[in-house]
Amino acid sequence: MPLDTGFIGRVYPATQPYVVSRAKIAEFADVVGDDSPAYRDVEAALALGYPDVIAPPTFATIVTLEAAYAVVHDPALGLDWTRVVHGDQRFVYDRPLRAGDEITVVVTVESIRSMAGNDMIVLRGDVATVQGEHAVTSYTLLVARSAADSV
Amino acid sequence: MSLRPVFTDLEVGQELPAHTFVVTRETLLRYAGASGDFNVIHWSQRHAVEVGLPDVIAHGNLTMALGARYLTQWAGDPGALREYGVRFTKPVVVPDTDAGTTVEITGKILELDGDSRVRIDLTVTSEGQKVLTQARAWVHLS
Repeated sequence: MPLDTGFIGRVYPATQPYVVSRAKIAEFADVVGDDSPAYRDVEAALALGYPDVIAPPTFATIVTLEAAYAVVHDPALGLDWTRVVHGDQRFVYDRPLRAGDEITVVVTVESIRSMAGNDMIVLRGDVATVQGEHAVTSYTLLVARSAADSV
Repeated sequence: MSLRPVFTDLEVGQELPAHTFVVTRETLLRYAGASGDFNVIHWSQRHAVEVGLPDVIAHGNLTMALGARYLTQWAGDPGALREYGVRFTKPVVVPDTDAGTTVEITGKILELDGDSRVRIDLTVTSEGQKVLTQARAWVHLS
């Protein structure tokens, strides 16, 4: 059953605030072996013009993916989440996230379409500080594969 | 700090140096913890095989993060990305061995704009297969 295109444009309530910490930034940078001092050393970050250590570019997935999955599990939307795969991901940056940022995500259903029995939904996640400063926008394409498809 | 590229020295079509990243089961475990994505197909071979995968696969967002690291390292500025997007085309299969697998990344300059911004197309492969496609970024060189 195709998804209800009436959901296009629906805006979900902001997620609970998430505080970006220096420790979590360092942990994230360590996984990809990124030793850039701007992720660990406040002085180095200041020298680059940032007020505190900054987060690697895809750090926002910590909050955007969870926010997207909350929408996927919205029973009103009726997406079969057991068949959902992450198709595309794109970030558009106003500024890097940084330690001390208290951020929330507001998810908007950007588009819904069906092709060959697959449902495709694009969720936009606007990541901003609780003070209202916008940092990054995430665009997540989720594909719910047709029940006829072998996984 | 690495030597930063100078915008006026760059040309459309220019290839950026290749970089190889090693991805092991430990990398996946650490990424799960760092990102909060504990999907079983990224750590349990039994579950991965049950859903038709050949073995445990890497988080798509981990592969995307490697691409981001490649770009910011080239730019010499961890805050240089203005836009970055990828399509997850094929999984990166990670065997339970000490060597794990590798992800190879190269880049090519597609466009230069008047605001010191560089459009870069990434080629991201593992075991000879393109794992990300439409991997593109706008990088701002300060």
